[in-house]
Amino acid sequence: MSKPILATTSLAGCFGCHMSILDIDERILTLIELVEFNKSPVDDIKTFTKPVDIGIIEGGCCNSENVEVLRSFRKNCKILISLGECAIMGGLPALRNGIPIEECLHEAYIGGPTVQLNTDHILPNDDELPMLLDRVYPCHEIVKIDYFLPGCPPRADLIWDALVALITGDPLKLPYEVVKFD
Amino acid sequence: MSNLIKFKIDGVECMAEAGTYIIEAAKKNGVYIPTLCNMPNLKPKGSCRICTVKINGRLMTSCTTPVADGMEIESTSAEISELRKSIIELLFVSGNHFCPSCEKSGNCELQALGYLYQMMVPRFPFDFPVKGIDASSPKIIKDQNRCILCKRCIKSIKDAEDRSFFAFRGRGNHLEVVLDAELASTMTDAQAEEAMRNCPVGSIIVKEKGFAIPIGKRKFDHNPIGSNVKV
Repeated sequence: MSKPILATTSLAGCFGCHMSILDIDERILTLIELVEFNKSPVDDIKTFTKPVDIGIIEGGCCNSENVEVLRSFRKNCKILISLGECAIMGGLPALRNGIPIEECLHEAYIGGPTVQLNTDHILPNDDELPMLLDRVYPCHEIVKIDYFLPGCPPRADLIWDALVALITGDPLKLPYEVVKFD
Repeated sequence: MSNLIKFKIDGVECMAEAGTYIIEAAKKNGVYIPTLCNMPNLKPKGSCRICTVKINGRLMTSCTTPVADGMEIESTSAEISELRKSIIELLFVSGNHFCPSCEKSGNCELQALGYLYQMMVPRFPFDFPVKGIDASSPKIIKDQNRCILCKRCIKSIKDAEDRSFFAFRGRGNHLEVVLDAELASTMTDAQAEEAMRNCPVGSIIVKEKGFAIPIGKRKFDHNPIGSNVKV
């Protein structure tokens, strides 16, 4: 049997969850024995080149590009995992939920105390830029997500154990210390 | 000790004095029943419903129901655990609980119950309600985003004349626990610390004290909530 194929992405996240994937340390050598990577920042493959078995999503959806990437993951992956608090509940980007978009943009580009160079008071409006959503959405409110691994970031042991369980079909043990929300 | 009665929790024989509330009687027998609103020395309110158990086929809150002779209590069945988990999930989606940025993370009872019942994701949609933060008092910050309206602070934090520092304001969806501005100016450091300690979530934070304990040394980092009760 060929190796299971893995894809990963970071949407409205900080790449901390990807750092936690790297935090499996030398087990990463075993990981590349176990799986083949496809679209992922890990190998820098930008687009899906074949059907993928497991897609790992870091970050929630804060703009139209996030939604598009997430939908392409759902389309190309058999199993989707929400990795980390941002993917699961919006996380820190979702602190803006409840604040009108106009106020957020004004604070970031015009009125904020550290804004000094934008003397023409321009709000980014290029057609190439993804549109901000009205609020930040957890991934499972946009597409169906199969599994959730909480944490900020999820502990490396949790990611490792979950991946191994998924690949080998063995039951996943969840020791108390690996499931944390921070 | 003549009025000791026998009862069972999940089939285990227990003994307690008649009239003791189930949650307390269970504790004395080494059985942990979770709660978010109940506190020793306070009149039980039965408001958070986390301590729900099944007696004689009926769901009852164990903080408001006294034990009776021969009572058979169901507390760890799949049905009860699922019910408690759903209440925790409801609390998580109905407020703004950003664990990664919360000062109470690791010492939070709501979070600890999320761990205990292995909440990976709430089954309900997130509400993201618009709530305020009151940092106007000298000692503490009252963050409404995290408040679960348990009333512990209202009932337990009082001044020398038995006046509560905290009170309910508003009704229904707008109900919130607010700090009396005038009384708050007289709050001592000890009262502020006690208010933060009694709050089951991170809604009451003592100013300039956040993140005092490092990750790995906090209350629920290694030991699940209730593990101190088990015999």
